[in-house]
Amino acid sequence: MDVKRRKFLKIAGLSAVAGLAAPSAFNSLLKGGEAVASEEPHRGGSAEGEGEGSPKAKGIQYGMVIDLQVLAANKGLAAKCSHACNVDHNIPQYGNPKDEIKWIWTDDYEHSFPEHSQYKRNESLEKLPVLLLCNHCANPPCVRACPTKATFKNDKGVVMMDYHRCIGCRFCMAACPYGARSFNWRRPREKDANGNYKFFPDGVNMKFPMRMRGVVEKCNFCAKRLSEGKLPSCVAACGDTKAIVFGDINDPNSEIARILEARYTIQRKPAAGTEPSVFYII
Amino acid sequence: MLEKALEGSNKYWAWIFFLLGVIGIGALFYVRQYHYGLGITGMSRDVSWGVYIGQFTFMVGVAAGGVMLALPLYIHNYKVFGKIAVLGEFMAIAAVGMCLMFITVDLGQPMRIMNVLIHSTPHSMLFWDMIVLNGYLFLNVVCGWAILHSVYKDVPPPKWARPLVILSVPWAFSIHTVTAFLYCGLPGRHFWLSAIIAPRFLASAFAAGPALLLLIALFMKRMKLMDPGKEAVQKLTTIIIYAAIANLFFIGLEFFTAFYSNVPEHMATLDYLFWGVNGFHNLVIPMRVSLLFSIVGVILLLFKKIRFHEGWLSLCLALIFLSLYIDKGVGFVLGGFVPNPFDRITEYHPSVTEIGITIGVWAAGALILTVLYKVALKVEFKKDD
Repeated sequence: MDVKRRKFLKIAGLSAVAGLAAPSAFNSLLKGGEAVASEEPHRGGSAEGEGEGSPKAKGIQYGMVIDLQVLAANKGLAAKCSHACNVDHNIPQYGNPKDEIKWIWTDDYEHSFPEHSQYKRNESLEKLPVLLLCNHCANPPCVRACPTKATFKNDKGVVMMDYHRCIGCRFCMAACPYGARSFNWRRPREKDANGNYKFFPDGVNMKFPMRMRGVVEKCNFCAKRLSEGKLPSCVAACGDTKAIVFGDINDPNSEIARILEARYTIQRKPAAGTEPSVFYII
Repeated sequence: MLEKALEGSNKYWAWIFFLLGVIGIGALFYVRQYHYGLGITGMSRDVSWGVYIGQFTFMVGVAAGGVMLALPLYIHNYKVFGKIAVLGEFMAIAAVGMCLMFITVDLGQPMRIMNVLIHSTPHSMLFWDMIVLNGYLFLNVVCGWAILHSVYKDVPPPKWARPLVILSVPWAFSIHTVTAFLYCGLPGRHFWLSAIIAPRFLASAFAAGPALLLLIALFMKRMKLMDPGKEAVQKLTTIIIYAAIANLFFIGLEFFTAFYSNVPEHMATLDYLFWGVNGFHNLVIPMRVSLLFSIVGVILLLFKKIRFHEGWLSLCLALIFLSLYIDKGVGFVLGGFVPNPFDRITEYHPSVTEIGITIGVWAAGALILTVLYKVALKVEFKKDD
């Protein structure tokens, strides 16, 4: 009897302790998990994160603010940006949408921000030239999906591609919600009868590799130019217009961080949880 | 034991050489694709996975479906499946073999396939899919062969095989679950972004796999090669009916969630698949036919007279199999890409080369299956031919 009672008290006591401790332990576990989970991906410091005054953002995260009004005011500027990129990165021009490879391109407002609805859109909004490119997400689904780590985030927050490791499974293309990834469906280095490259009408930049067929490629924020202390070629193509402002969005003293604080900016598909580093001023 | 596959009638050899011929043609098409690149297929920037990945997904299901024989036999000791369980295991081998081939022909740089091992990362679901698929292949080769070999030698199956066959049961569930994870963890593809994809895959697999197996078994019975036994046929039919109903139920759930919630992204692909959007309606007829075949097949099978009539039974099984093939092998993968995340539609038309390679892989699967079944028939049913 006595033994049984002692046993019962023991169990009761233990359960009480467990009962008291469990919720707090569970809570701290949840919170701990949250802190860990948010530390890494929130490096980008999304719009929401900043709003909450999240101090967790750390490390360099390069990003862009693209001012669509400036692009609209300077006719042809968006095309100039794309062209500068195409030439710099030897992007083949196939002239058909099936094989198309694009790093930075223009689309209309409606198809760039399909989740933003307006009952009626004025013409200037409809005609905005929206420059689209890889968002270099703080939480990139393409990097998660890649089975070989051929695509990865570098120490500057840039989502990079290793063309020599990619096996061409195109899992990253299915994972990217922005259509920012292109596959080399055919040989870009094909030559015509005269021995000239068929798909590089503006010549070949010998400082940047041409790709091979069967690998995925995308915008790399001009990582090579960055390492030389230069701005990305699309930003450089904008000259002094400030159509694109580039910089470390986590550095509170950077120009881009100040713009993000001062202006109303939006990201593409924020609901996807990818935390894009490219912001738009409409 | 494999030598059993080397002796057979003229019909058997004619079939083998026919398959080899088809494989050869498929291989020629593959050489063409290898030299040009994947641009020779109908895939594009917007629809970046096509027939190959569709077939891959469907065949994972066929492979997993074999467990509907293994589970009753090995877990519940349901002896009626004793003789035909090996057919399920061997079908799984052929199906996983086809999966690996489809993945390989879909790669832009197939020579680098080992990078998945060399630079492996647990973050990628493709890594886990490789593990579970190869593991399942290994389990089925080892178990199927060991058990058949014990019949061949007329000795009880080896003791070490027991834990492996038990392991193969949850493993079968894992292969299709992880294959579902390839799709349902991607933001921005709302048709795939559904927690019910894995159970839906399993339900469709547990109908499609056994349906194919039963069709082959009934065919072999007709050719007087074997007799699976009345009870086994009926039990398997029951399993197929339940699984097909579960699959229809899950499809219904997808429709409810999409259309009752009225969330545009959730409705977009179903709209495209079943009604067509803005004049794009490539898949409307196949998808409607698929739904119709499933419903008709299931309803017919509810009648006892049809269940017990081998001709009608075969027809119903074929309807269900075709339905699930269209649903998963065609509609599911393509649907994820159309409309694209920006509300634009690019349709997909497979090219001749692509279809040639696909048929070649199917023929290779059929060849593996024929050889393995040949061995199984000779050993298990002591039948020549």
